[in-house]
Order: sequence, then C-alpha cells, then structure tokens
Amino acid sequence: MTSTIDSGVAGPPPLKDDKLFADQDFRTSRRTSAAERPRVRTGGVSTELVTHVASAGLGALALVWLVYERLVPVTGTIGFWLVWYAVFIVMLAAVSATTLDRMAVTDRVVGALVTTAGMVMVSALAGIVVFTFVRGKGALSHSNFFHETMAYYGPDAGLDKGGIYAAMVGTFEMVAISMVISVPLGIATAVYLSEVRGRIARVVRVVVEAMTAVPTIVAGLFIYSMLIIELGQERSGFAASLALSVSMIPVVTTTAEVVLRLVPNGLREASLALGTTQWQTVRRVVLPTARPGLVTAVLLGVARIIGETSPVLLVAGSTNELNYDPFHGPQISLPLFVFTGMRQPLDVAISRAFGAGIVLLTLVVIFFALARIIGGRAPGHTSRRQQRRFARNARALTTTPGEQP
Amino acid sequence: MTTDTASDETRVDLDIDATTTIPQLTAGAPATLVAREVSAWFGNHQVLDNVDLTMAAGQVTALIGPSGCGKSTFLRILNRMHELVPGASLAGEILLDGQDIYDLDRRPIESRRRIGMVFQKANPFPTMSVHDNVLAGLRLTGRKTPGKNGAAELVERSLRSAGLWEEVKARLGTPGSSLSGGQQQRLCIARALAVRPDVLLMDEPCSALDPTSTRRVEETIRSIAGEVTVVIVTHNMQQAQRVSDNCAFFLAAEGQPGYIVEQGPTGELFENPRDERTSDYVNGRFG
Ligand SMILES: Nc1ncnc2c1ncn2[C@@H]1O[C@H](COP(=O)(O)OP(=O)(O)O)[C@@H](O)[C@H]1O
Ligand SMILES: [Mg+2]
Repeated sequence: MTSTIDSGVAGPPPLKDDKLFADQDFRTSRRTSAAERPRVRTGGVSTELVTHVASAGLGALALVWLVYERLVPVTGTIGFWLVWYAVFIVMLAAVSATTLDRMAVTDRVVGALVTTAGMVMVSALAGIVVFTFVRGKGALSHSNFFHETMAYYGPDAGLDKGGIYAAMVGTFEMVAISMVISVPLGIATAVYLSEVRGRIARVVRVVVEAMTAVPTIVAGLFIYSMLIIELGQERSGFAASLALSVSMIPVVTTTAEVVLRLVPNGLREASLALGTTQWQTVRRVVLPTARPGLVTAVLLGVARIIGETSPVLLVAGSTNELNYDPFHGPQISLPLFVFTGMRQPLDVAISRAFGAGIVLLTLVVIFFALARIIGGRAPGHTSRRQQRRFARNARALTTTPGEQP
Repeated sequence: MTTDTASDETRVDLDIDATTTIPQLTAGAPATLVAREVSAWFGNHQVLDNVDLTMAAGQVTALIGPSGCGKSTFLRILNRMHELVPGASLAGEILLDGQDIYDLDRRPIESRRRIGMVFQKANPFPTMSVHDNVLAGLRLTGRKTPGKNGAAELVERSLRSAGLWEEVKARLGTPGSSLSGGQQQRLCIARALAVRPDVLLMDEPCSALDPTSTRRVEETIRSIAGEVTVVIVTHNMQQAQRVSDNCAFFLAAEGQPGYIVEQGPTGELFENPRDERTSDYVNGRFG
C-alpha cells in the first residue's frame, strides 16, 4: 500500500476481494509500473567514502612531499610513491576512525589494499601493452610488415621493407602441430587419471606434475639430442613442435584433470545406471559436461608455448627465409623474431621486434576471446552455442506433426 | 500420434490421475528380485550382514530404517552399482527371475539395463535437452531409437508415466537442468523408464522435493507399479505406507553391520509389528 501513497495516486480501496488483484487494468492504471519506480540503492560509493579517500590521499601527498623536498636529503620517484602509499593507508585508517568503529575501519583498510592490488595488476598489463604498442607502431604502420619477410633485407633496412610474415607462418604451424600432438594426448591422459584411478594412475600423475616443471630449454635440449644428433634429422618446425609439446602436454593434462573431476559424480552414476559402458559414459556425458573447462585447458597449454623462444631457437634454428614446410629446414617464430630483432643495436630492428611483440599479444588476445566464446564458463554451464542448439531443438520439437492442432 | 494429441488438449486441465493410465511400458513382465544372504563391505568395514529379501514382481517394496544402516548400499547392490566404489565388496546372490546377476558370465551393464535406478539427488544430464535426457538410456548405449516418430512416442509415453508430460511438452528442447527440482526428479524417472526396465530402484527420491512434487512422484510410483517392480528407500513413514505393498525394516547397531529386523506386507508391519524395535521406529520413537 505504501507504494501507491508514494506515487501520489489515491490508494486502492481496502483489500476485500482477491479478484481485485487479479484484475490487470487495476494494477496498470493505479500503480506506477515496476520499471518506473526508483530502485533502492544497496551498493555503490558513498560521498563519505570519497571524502575520506580524497582527504587521506591529499594529506599523505602533502606530508610526504614536505618530508622529501624540505626535510630529508633523499630523492627517487619510486621511493616517494611507496612512502606516499604507506602514509595514505595510515591516514585513511585515521580519517575513517573519526566516523566508523574498529571493525568498519579494518574493513575499509583491507578494501583499499585489495583494490590497490587489483589496480596494480591492471596497470601493469596496460603498461606492457601500451609500451609495446608505442615502441612498435612505427613498424606496424607499414603493410609490408605483415606480408614480407626479411629474406632479402638486412636488419638495418627501413621499416618500409621486410616484415614478419615468415615468423607468423612459423608460429602458426608450430602451435598448430603442438596442439595436434598435445590436445588428444593431454586430454586422454587426463581421462585416464580422473576416470581410471588406481596406483598406476597416481604414479602417472606425479610424473605429469613433474613434467610441468621441466624447463622448456631442457625439453628443447632433449629433442635436439634425440632427433637431430642421434637420429640425424634436420632442424625443423616439427622438431620445435615436439619440444613445445613436452611443455604443453602436462599443462593440458593437469588442467583437464581438474576440470574432469569437477563433473559431478552423480552424472557418471546416472549414466552407468542406464547400462552404459565406462567409455560411453566418458564420451557422451563426462567430456561434453566438461567441455568448457577442457577448452580452457587447451588455451592454457597454448598460452604456455606460444611465447617460447629457446626451444625453437635450438631445434628449429632461425632463418630469414620463408619456409612453409614444417618438416624440412629451419623456421622462425614470432618470439624468435623479437629475440633476434632486440639484439641488433639498430632502431629499425628494435621497432620491428616490438611490432612482432604486438602481433604476438594480439594473437594471445584472440585466442583467449575464442576460448571464451567456444567454451562458456563453468562445467555444466550452457554456453551460448549450446543455448542456441537447445532453442533450435525446442522449435523443431514443438512443431512436429503430432503437435499441430 | 495425432489422435493422441487431440485428446491431450482436452486433458490439460484434468487432475494428473487422469493421465496416469499408460499403455504397457515395460518390455516383458516385471521381474521378481530375490536377495540371498547378502553381506557388504567397504574395505574391511562390514555394513550389511546376511540380508534376505524377496521383492515381488510388479509390487512396490519399501526399505525403511535409520540412516547409516545400509539401505542405500543394499539398493546399489541390486543393480551392481556398489562395485563402482573403490574397495567395495559383497557376498551372497541377487536373483533376477531366478538368475544371479553376479554370475561371472553376466556383464554388469546387462543387469543395469534391466534394473534402473533413480537417485536421491536429481541428476539430469546438463548438456542434453529434456527430450534427449529421456532418450539418453538408448542413445548413450548406442541403441537405435525406433524411428523419428517412435522416439517422439517413447518420449511422450515415458514423460506421461513420470507425470511430467503436461508440464514440459511445450519445452522439450530446453536443457534438462532448467526444470525445477521436482520436475528434474520426475525427468530422471522418465529417463529410467524409457529403457523399459524390469525393476526400478529409487533411493529417497523425494527427500529433496516439496510436498506437491512428492505427491506427484508417489502417484507416479503407484501408476507404474504392476508394470515394473519398484524398490524404494524412504525415510518418510507415511510415504512408505502410501506407496508400498511390502516393507523391510533395516537396522544397524552402533559400529555393527545392518540387517533386516522385520519384513512383510506394509499394512501388517505398520499396524501390528512383531518386533518391538519396528514398532518403536514406525511410531517415530527413534531413528
Ligand atoms: N562410499 C563409501 N565408503 C565407505 N563407507 C561407506 C560408503 N558409503 C556408505 N558407507 C558406510 O556404509 C554404511 C551404510 O551406508 P548407507 O548404505 O549409505 O546407509 P543408509 O542409506 O541406510 O543411510 C554407513 O556406515 C556408511 O558410513
Ligand atoms: Mg542412504
């Protein structure tokens, strides 16, 4: 009743009959519709908080400036801001204590600390991206950067000559081959670990976890001595993919195993109780339910290797030539291009290296975005694609001939 | 199919009882299930001791007793789900129409196809629609659904048996997990019925449901009895009385394996129990 008084309309007659409320006209004409009514504010930033934070921040700035500039003979920007932050937190606590009790003050100080942590993370990332972009945009502004190679140019060639095409081809092929090797092997191992269990599975798990810690350069050395020295194979992108897979498989396996374990056991039992074999249960129930998480597992694996430099340098060599064939002859990759470019004491080469860095960053972003779109979120959560499929099913099923009136 | 649906339209507003006359659902006759001298262990811990019980064909048998006395374990032994727990073992025989389901040359999946199960917590497959959930038993095991119309009929028949058809017939394509808790549990019943089992095991199927959904599930149980043998674990004495023909009372002393104190027709067990402990339990004096 209060709401009708607030909205300035005469209140409804006292409630005698339930039918009154069943009447649509009555509701829409006499009461403001829900959409128009102001919402109660439950969160958000109060003005008091803003004043407290601002005064503590300015006060700390004034105090620290005074100390640094007038009282003690020290200098240094980083030190200045670190001291400022410490004083700011103390002052924030002091200012808050004027209106709040102890618990609320603690709450606010902890809130400030974790907010800072979050902001430091975001600004570090933003810093890396912006810095790389500023340094590399000179190279990016020439279209030849994307479709030419350095085969016919020295490192001192102008930015309007040569580019990273060979490196893009190399990275693409190496990552693709690594995925072809690592995804089936990694997920199959994860299925073994989570669905079969037992003593051997425990041994395998320890080995896989140890593999996560194998430095990529050691994996590269292993492939180098096995494939290239012992078996006399030539250097190739494929060999590099093998070395990269050594790093990728354990990442895919451990992540996928966690994801598979998150699939509720009730679903496995429901499936088995219908008379399915264990393999049918895994393929038709466990894996589909875990699919979003499995995509994340693959993504983490790719993220682990896409920026790897040392194993590629070791077993794929490095070349300025464009080489489409991953099985024969040296190839270059984007991180390797960055590495070789940065070693030149030449502005153009360094600019090209940063340009390649931007392309690498962009690839990673695209990868994350794709994984998000394909994968959805938690296990059992329906992704947008699944929702569309369900909607299609719903339409198909409700228009079956039997359903027509 | 078309004539069927025409009558649907008129049935919508009727009470659910009107929709519970179902065409023959199971493949053959419901089977008798006999447990002989069944004992069970988890590792070295014995949880069941020498349980003998006959679950008559086409009847509803209720298993009652305080928690932890081994009812779920017993139920899971009846369709070979017990052996899925690492370290679990058992002794004794389970005869399905006279044949031991634990015979060495009988594969567990054969027994599980004939003896379906509904769990305490509703567990529809979240990646499948309502429609596909019902057909899961056939599809997951790689068996053909009988043609397009046959599949539609099977889905409708199973959902009707589970008392869910009227509520979901307009959204068969939505995910099974988008239904309410009570509807999900009835979907699981429909899924279990769709493979036409001879026996249906239910482990506290209503313990997480509201009274209305509980009533519907009970009506479902009554309506499928006769076509399928039902074994149900319940903590609710009224429910046991409402749905079951026979009843078995399990009990376990502290740290001791569970056993059957008394079994018999439900009416007798509740009206004049032979054992004092049964009488105490059914009258709510312990447990
Ligand atoms: N997975 C398991 N591992 C070990 N012990 C179990 C397991 N499941 C049940 N138990 C034990 O077996 C006994 C019987 O359990 P249960 O059959 O679930 O009883 P009820 O269903 O009658 O409550 C209990 O003592 C329980 O602790
Ligand atoms: Mg139980």
